[in-house]
Amino acid sequence: MSSAQAFLEIKGLQKEYVSGNPILKGIDITITEPGIIAIIGPSGTGKSTLLRCINRLIEPTAGQIIFEQADLCDARGGELRKLRRHVGMVFQEYNLVERLSVIENVLTGRLGYMSAWRAWRRNFSQQDINTAFELLDAVGLSEHATQRADSLSGGQRQRVGIARAVMQDPRILLADEPTSSLDPKTAVEIMELLERFAQEKNIPALVNIHDVNLARRFAKRMIGMAGGKVVYDGSPEGISDEHLKLIYGGESWLA
Amino acid sequence: MKISTATPLTAIDRHWQRFTLSQKLSRYAVYLVLVLALVLSIQTVEVIPEFFYDAPEQMADMFTRMWPIDFAYYPVSVHDAMLETLNIATLGTLLTLIFAIPLALMNASNVVASPWCHWIARFFLVSSRSVNSLVWALLFVAIFGPSVIAGVLAIAFRSVGFVGKLLGEAIEEINMGPIEALTATGASWAAILLKGYWPQILPAFFSIVLFRWDINVRESAVLGLVGAGGIGVVLSDSMNLFEWQRVAMALLAIFVVVILAEILVVNIRKRLL
Repeated sequence: MSSAQAFLEIKGLQKEYVSGNPILKGIDITITEPGIIAIIGPSGTGKSTLLRCINRLIEPTAGQIIFEQADLCDARGGELRKLRRHVGMVFQEYNLVERLSVIENVLTGRLGYMSAWRAWRRNFSQQDINTAFELLDAVGLSEHATQRADSLSGGQRQRVGIARAVMQDPRILLADEPTSSLDPKTAVEIMELLERFAQEKNIPALVNIHDVNLARRFAKRMIGMAGGKVVYDGSPEGISDEHLKLIYGGESWLA
Repeated sequence: MKISTATPLTAIDRHWQRFTLSQKLSRYAVYLVLVLALVLSIQTVEVIPEFFYDAPEQMADMFTRMWPIDFAYYPVSVHDAMLETLNIATLGTLLTLIFAIPLALMNASNVVASPWCHWIARFFLVSSRSVNSLVWALLFVAIFGPSVIAGVLAIAFRSVGFVGKLLGEAIEEINMGPIEALTATGASWAAILLKGYWPQILPAFFSIVLFRWDINVRESAVLGLVGAGGIGVVLSDSMNLFEWQRVAMALLAIFVVVILAEILVVNIRKRLL
């Protein structure tokens, strides 16, 4: 498979918050297939850092991230913003603008495509407004469109978060622990939504996740991280107890 | 297995006290210094006992001279002066925003990262606050002559520090999650300010501005004493002419307006949140 077809190519990615103490120690991941790709690993191993390096919410120390034929690590200013538009991100704490309405939160997904003046005037194109309402239909929140975001429950907020990310017209979705603050049933529904949008748009969705069983159920591919390195990269069926011991350490929790 | 809830008896009593001996001593030292300071300052101000003892008499005398309040004087000059005072307060508060908003943004560490910017902003904010509005008014009366414009500028310059500091703090307290999310959508800096920061500081913004307006109504009532327009001019003129019944009218007008402003501000703030 040639790299030109890859959705995302991460080469030798390193990140040090404190010099000499790397949290990511050379990550190589190539993503050529759409669908959910689960990243598992213990807390503090750099899963969130990895996702945030991809859209440069965190500055990588070294390495390359090839996306849309450009190196995200080198992008500056306007170029970086243009690339970010095509990377949708879903957060653990939803990160909605709470005092804005649900529909406006979805529409903020288009901010990268419009001037600040038009954003201030709430001058969204008719097409954007139609898309936003379609997305709200898709996540089942149409009747809440004009409600304020802080009036929603956790699961509903995460749906809005997903709709906002999809509103960006992304070529890849990143989800940082999207289900960790939710109950098990809602967590499954959120994963189903991510899977559905990944399929519809034919794009990959990188999902950081704690729940190994949930990951196995939805992922087409699983990446196990430990100590700032990728220690497993393959099918969910191929991941054994041995691998899980290697990733998380210990074994009493496996029983 | 049953867990025993009874505390096991220890052989040695454990010792606990809130302050160590040196902490106790330093606390007593602070009390001692406070008492000393009080004694020293009473000696310095040299209260003249005779003036002090007949104060109640003097006060009663002043009140009898103020009574009855000269209501007929209200339409003659108090009304217009009062409106002028309100105009000074409102214009001054609006003018303040032009300076206070950029300074607040510069002072907020989650908007601008550069320490240079923080120091520049802090310099202006502190210098604005360190000068009383009466002193600002004296300066502007010297520049523009005794006029309303001097009052407006005095109010505006004094308020910049107050509004800028509180607004900057409100900005620093916002939740950075939505800001991160908007950055991730590829939004420009200005769009993030408008759609991420602004909705979050909106209640604090109006609360601060209304609070300052409320203070400014009271402050601009005094500015006339140094010739910067408003009700203070009427107050000062009446006092100089020993027209105590007119003074009473002006004071009553100030009192009523301040109460009304307070009620208005409280009601608007309730609706904002």
